[in-house]
Amino acid sequence: MRKKVIFPQLGLPYLLLLPQLAITVVFFFLPAGQAIWFSFLRQDAFGIRTEFVWFENFVELFQDPLYLDSMWVTLVFSFWVTLLSMSVALGLAVLADRHIRGATAYKTLLIWPYAIAPAVAAVLWIFIFHPQIGLLGKFLNGIGIKWDYKLNGTQALITVIVASAWKQVSYNFLFFLAGLQSIPRSVLEAAAIDGASPARRFWTVVFPLLSPTTFFLLVINLTYAFFDTFGVIDALTKGGPAKATTTLIYRAYIDGRVNLDLGSSSAQSVVLMLAVIALTAVQFRFIERKVHY
Amino acid sequence: MMHGPVSTTAAEAIARAEAAATRADASRRRADWLTHAILILGVALFALPIWIVLMGSTHDVATISRGEVPLLPGPYAVENYTAAWAEGSARTTRVPVSAMMLNSFVMAMLIAVGKIAISILSAYAVVFFSFPGRMLAFWAIFITLMLPVEVRIFPTFKVVSDLGMINTYTGLIVPLIASATATLLFRQFFLTIPDELVEAAKIDGAGPMRFFKDVVVPLSTTNMAALFVILFVYGWNQYLWPLLITTTGDVETIVIGIVRMIGSEADTDWHLVMATTVLALLPPVAIVILMQRWFVKGLVETEK
Amino acid sequence: MATLELRGIRKSFGAVQVLHGIDLQVAEGEFIVIVGASGCGKSTLLRIVAGLETATEGSVLIGGADVTRLEPKDRDIAMVFQNYALYPHMSVFDNMAYGLRIRGLPRAEIEGRVRRTAEMLGLGDLLRRKPRELSGGQRQRVAMGRAIVREPKLFLFDEPLSNLDAKLRVQMRAEIKRLQRRLGVTSLYVTHDQVEAMTLGDRLVVMNEGRAEQVATPMEVWREPANTYVAGFIGAPAMNFLHGRLCEEGHAVDLRAGPAIALAAPPASATEAEVTVGIRPEHVRVVGNGAAGAIPLKVDLVEPLGAESLIHGILPSGEGLTVRASDCSPLAGTTLPIVLPAEHLHLFGGDGRRLRLAHARGAAAPVRVGA
Repeated sequence: MRKKVIFPQLGLPYLLLLPQLAITVVFFFLPAGQAIWFSFLRQDAFGIRTEFVWFENFVELFQDPLYLDSMWVTLVFSFWVTLLSMSVALGLAVLADRHIRGATAYKTLLIWPYAIAPAVAAVLWIFIFHPQIGLLGKFLNGIGIKWDYKLNGTQALITVIVASAWKQVSYNFLFFLAGLQSIPRSVLEAAAIDGASPARRFWTVVFPLLSPTTFFLLVINLTYAFFDTFGVIDALTKGGPAKATTTLIYRAYIDGRVNLDLGSSSAQSVVLMLAVIALTAVQFRFIERKVHY
Repeated sequence: MMHGPVSTTAAEAIARAEAAATRADASRRRADWLTHAILILGVALFALPIWIVLMGSTHDVATISRGEVPLLPGPYAVENYTAAWAEGSARTTRVPVSAMMLNSFVMAMLIAVGKIAISILSAYAVVFFSFPGRMLAFWAIFITLMLPVEVRIFPTFKVVSDLGMINTYTGLIVPLIASATATLLFRQFFLTIPDELVEAAKIDGAGPMRFFKDVVVPLSTTNMAALFVILFVYGWNQYLWPLLITTTGDVETIVIGIVRMIGSEADTDWHLVMATTVLALLPPVAIVILMQRWFVKGLVETEK
Repeated sequence: MATLELRGIRKSFGAVQVLHGIDLQVAEGEFIVIVGASGCGKSTLLRIVAGLETATEGSVLIGGADVTRLEPKDRDIAMVFQNYALYPHMSVFDNMAYGLRIRGLPRAEIEGRVRRTAEMLGLGDLLRRKPRELSGGQRQRVAMGRAIVREPKLFLFDEPLSNLDAKLRVQMRAEIKRLQRRLGVTSLYVTHDQVEAMTLGDRLVVMNEGRAEQVATPMEVWREPANTYVAGFIGAPAMNFLHGRLCEEGHAVDLRAGPAIALAAPPASATEAEVTVGIRPEHVRVVGNGAAGAIPLKVDLVEPLGAESLIHGILPSGEGLTVRASDCSPLAGTTLPIVLPAEHLHLFGGDGRRLRLAHARGAAAPVRVGA
């Protein structure tokens, strides 16, 4: 936790901690506390009277079919983003981990999308999916498949999923590759001597040993899909058409920024906080239990 | 079991083994080629969106608006990039890309440097001192790990606007600077500094700040480099927070700028959007590739 | 150069007391080795002298001045650590110069002192190197150099040789001894290795469970161990201990394992008849069959060491006995007649303390410290 050997000064550590603690208190604890407080309040239409309404904001939220819809959209969206980005990354990592020349070069070629902002990634994909000027969009319309992600909800969802997953592949690839490279060669050699075929070796030896990495990435990718993809959605579909791509975070943004509904947007913030805390708690529990190989 | 003369059997066995080895070599070579092929395809597919934008940014707006997705370079590179750099999109944002790039750069640098600075100080306090409230301070920092800025965005926005920091660099940057990840990474590293080194320094007469300056900081350079890459990318790529905080062009970042450039369909200068996109992703991508070694190390270690 | 005095040093970590009142007086230029098994409190004692740890009770005086409340930097001491604790990012020169720079010495003097010390230690060509580019022995030398260059009143060594391989350890041991002689700086040296302790120290402090069991010269400790702990700890292989009973008014000791042995004089301080009889393996004599007073030792295991053999056997009483003998390597299972010469017996009372004979063999009486 701390070192056995320490400096005896008493005032200095507080001084050292001051910048971080001050920022944390003002921009973290204060807003989080306010969010919880406001989520129990309601303002009248003119913003004059404020009333304490207990859980009414939450009750209303969960009775609102549109909010439930955006929950469902978030689940579908997150599921596919996570599945796509993780499976593609795992496949590429397994290939790159084979002892072939150029593994490092492939690594370099695959990691840079990590550096691209979600919103910029979305702009890149416009030129693939756009019905008139996009490579694929134009092609689909050319062969008679009606494609326009600005009109068709399913197509919109596919577009944001692909763009979001694309950006996340490199992150997952790095971790899978690191995980694969930390598996001792002797274990694989033992399996090979036992006569297991490569595919069998992968599913019975490699994949179980990768499970800590996989689980960790699962949580990270879900968090990414929940929150960091805001830029992708805002740049590509703005939550539409007909709210088909409105995730929880996008909805909170609309309610807070556009509708200026303080009580409801605070309640939504609280719901999101609870979601992240739950995810983090699951992760910590798992990390505690995980067996380091 | 063979019944022939021993020598024949041995020769046959060797021949069979050699044949098997040749077959194994051949299949391994085939598998290697297949692996290469799939990886190259993967890389190509991966790079396709970038390639299109890179090529598109060298064509004029008419070509792109007609939907002739260009896969080869065109003649307008200099014009497009100059226009984007100096003027921006005349039809939508009217803010030159250079200005937005500068804002992004300032934001990314200040976030990266600021986070590293305050984190190394607080980690130093938590690891090398014993004082009342140490655990409380540690947990207060640690718990921020749980709530990314996106989750508490509106409450934070409200605090920032109450403080009158809308449309200022301070409002843009300071709320993003408190980071548990960097503090935890430094703490992890500090715990590996042997106790004897501290004792040796004490006997040499170094006080805590001297030890910090002469020993801890020089030893932390690799960790700082690793964090710098990650935090620079993090800062450069911020979207939701700048979107709320910046309502004028003064402190608008490039990532926000691009999305605003895409106005209504007919109004969009697609060729400039493409050039701007290339400019926008260049700095973070360059940093990640140039500092790849530290980046990978930092990424893997901060997530432990 | 200075004297060092410890007065009633006690140390507790929470409820656990690790030092039970240590007193020690060190003369100017003396080399004191604190030796003991791990966990005996020897390192804690050294760290209290260094000022890295605060004593719960007692005081530390360097050169007659009370430094108990002073920070390490104000005590004018230097320390060599077990893992050397070199600053990994600094060159050899900077490692040695660091303390001098903090003290604000003029640049030219720092340069001169570091160069002189480096020459003395044979590090002259390595001053630009980083610690990771040095061998274990060279690192050890740099750690020594860092201490020497400071010209302190007191050198503190915390097991400085235990990270070296056996051959280098012997070499560095001699070098440390020579250096200390040459510089004449009062030194306190902690080790768990009794050979190091015997060869290096002017005097030893043998510690056990937070107490100084004996403070004496190496030969005194070996010849007249103050108690069974010291007797068993110093000397390899360890001293044999047998049950015995004083008889004939203390003029003889009757071994459970065999015949009574006449003593030169009765123990001066014996209060009870039951005693522990100690004899070092090299002092047991192997005799011919049928010799008078011989005890039959049933040989269990023989370890040949080259010039000598270690013979582990069982006495008729069931007690084990180790014999170190030259020109004798019996087969396991055979019986070996042995004799325990009276002049080499050590007698210890029921509390483990040495029983001195009424007319001791001239040697200075060992000083008991602490208790």
